[in-house]
Amino acid sequence: MSGAEQGAAAGGFRVRNLVLLTLFLAGAAGGGSLAFVAHAPNRLLSGAPVRLGALPGEALLVLSLLAALLLGGAFLTPRRAGHWVLGAAAAAFVLVLCTLAGVEASRFAAGAPPAARTSLGAGFWIMALCGCLAMMDAMHRLALAPALRMMGALMLAGGVAGLGAMGALDDLSIAKEYANRREALGEALAQHVGIVLAALLPTVLIGLPLGLVAARRRAFAAGLFPALNLIQTIPSIALFAMLMAPLAGLAERFPVLKAAGIGGIGAAPAVIALILYSLLPIARNVAEGIAGVPAGARHAAVGMGMTPGQVFGRVELPLALPVVLSGLRIVIVQAIGLAAVAALIGAGGLGAIMFQGLFANALDTVVLGTVPIILLALAADGSLRLLTGYAERVRR
Amino acid sequence: MRTRAHALAAEPLFWTTLGFVVLLLAMPATKPAFAALFPELDRPFYEQDSYFRLALAHLGIVAASSIAAVAVALSAGIFVTRPAGVEFRAITESVVALGQTFPPVAVLALAVPLTGFGTTPALIALTLYGMLPILQNTLAGLASVPGDVRDAGRGMGMTGAQILLRLELPLAAPVILAGIRTSVVINVGTATIASTVGARTLGLPIIVGLNGSNLAYVLQGAALVGLLGVLLDLAFARGLRGLRQWRPPA
Repeated sequence: MSGAEQGAAAGGFRVRNLVLLTLFLAGAAGGGSLAFVAHAPNRLLSGAPVRLGALPGEALLVLSLLAALLLGGAFLTPRRAGHWVLGAAAAAFVLVLCTLAGVEASRFAAGAPPAARTSLGAGFWIMALCGCLAMMDAMHRLALAPALRMMGALMLAGGVAGLGAMGALDDLSIAKEYANRREALGEALAQHVGIVLAALLPTVLIGLPLGLVAARRRAFAAGLFPALNLIQTIPSIALFAMLMAPLAGLAERFPVLKAAGIGGIGAAPAVIALILYSLLPIARNVAEGIAGVPAGARHAAVGMGMTPGQVFGRVELPLALPVVLSGLRIVIVQAIGLAAVAALIGAGGLGAIMFQGLFANALDTVVLGTVPIILLALAADGSLRLLTGYAERVRR
Repeated sequence: MRTRAHALAAEPLFWTTLGFVVLLLAMPATKPAFAALFPELDRPFYEQDSYFRLALAHLGIVAASSIAAVAVALSAGIFVTRPAGVEFRAITESVVALGQTFPPVAVLALAVPLTGFGTTPALIALTLYGMLPILQNTLAGLASVPGDVRDAGRGMGMTGAQILLRLELPLAAPVILAGIRTSVVINVGTATIASTVGARTLGLPIIVGLNGSNLAYVLQGAALVGLLGVLLDLAFARGLRGLRQWRPPA
């Protein structure tokens, strides 16, 4: 034992990781007092809560051991290897939680009619959240690069997906709902991505020149940005609604549009609203990015005899790319959420499943529609962040 | 007096507020107009609730959740920038960044399985989501205070609390207020959608209208809620301008 370690041991019982301790206490309080899962006779009735304490003893033992390890980590001298162990323990804790919920669901399903459902309770979600945050904390303390942190998150997600693929979660209500609506979910996902992509190209085609002119002419920027900001302050559902009336009128007057599927309800007002909302982030970031290009780089390019078009394409755009990409990230993440709301005006997509559940009081359906929306947003955010980081490294 | 009247007339906030209030109060009087515009509808005017009450309820939900969000986010932002809480800073920043990736409507929908239908999921979702931009800007605002300012305060014998209240928070105030502005504008929109989870807001006529193919209801709700969003944003812009021009009395 080295001197430092002895010193730490002699220092004794001292909190070394306040974050981990807080997470442990929050998880223990929430997990101990709130429902872990709930058993219901069918998908529309609310369930009878099952607390953690009611689960079989051996299952609890594994969970408690991992929790104890994490609690111990809060009192240990920080070392690199220790953080790796704690991060892995936190991930394992989340996976064990999922397995436990799946096992409890199977136990209940074995002695109940097929319509019976086991849904995840608030206690489960709080403990899972605390576990994920503990893993995040460990990755922070290891000072992992963003790409590595993302890989950690993906590995945890892969673990949960693996449990699902092995059938360990099959009897949970969300899995049953998925099994019932597999095809509809796939279609909705494709529709959702379709709406976002349909809005993306016009957004870039309009936003890029707008930002470019705003970067060059101050008066133009002074008029443009307040106007675009005004659009952003209009609640999404109100903007969708305001577009419905004129589009319905246009489709009435010009049958060509109607034949092309453009009308007051459906994807057309959704895509137009998405474009309107997206113009601010994209134009602002293009203007910011171009304004941030050093004047020296521009002068040098002009001195080398480049045309204005070449200066833009070969010097300004590559240098402004990270800022532009981060604008694109904001736009895509925002559009994924807005497309969900667009389901209310008949645009379809994952939001349609979510609202269907809300209107029918079928909460499993709500979760089935909502979780993919969040995952889609997280995936878009993560991949564009990686791309932005890559563009930044290339720039240097 | 003349110049003041002129300044008022040039203020978009004044006209938007006037427009909103007049539209809200005169809403029942627009009934014949909607009847003429939508002759095919049996009921061209939403009368299950008065628009005035819906607007009050809408503002109530936004105000309650925004006040709660400001209280929590400001305390959290101050806590993680003090020595006692600095350990929580990195994870707080990650949660704020990650949380803002979640679409507000998804947070709203997920609150329902946990709390049931009604105003509760709306309040919870709006508070949780509304905290994020405020917390982000509180952290950014406090980080932008130059170290020299803190040193000068310490040199003058100020305590930590005095430095926070008299130097750091006033200097960070414009950035924090900008965060509150973003939060309130998002919350006005999310509160509109919250009528799908059983909260009574100005979104209700829109949702009822969309479900029953009644475009008149949709337009009535959308006009009011659209104006409300713009109005609150302009009010915050005005407040921010005032804050930037404000100088402490010498």
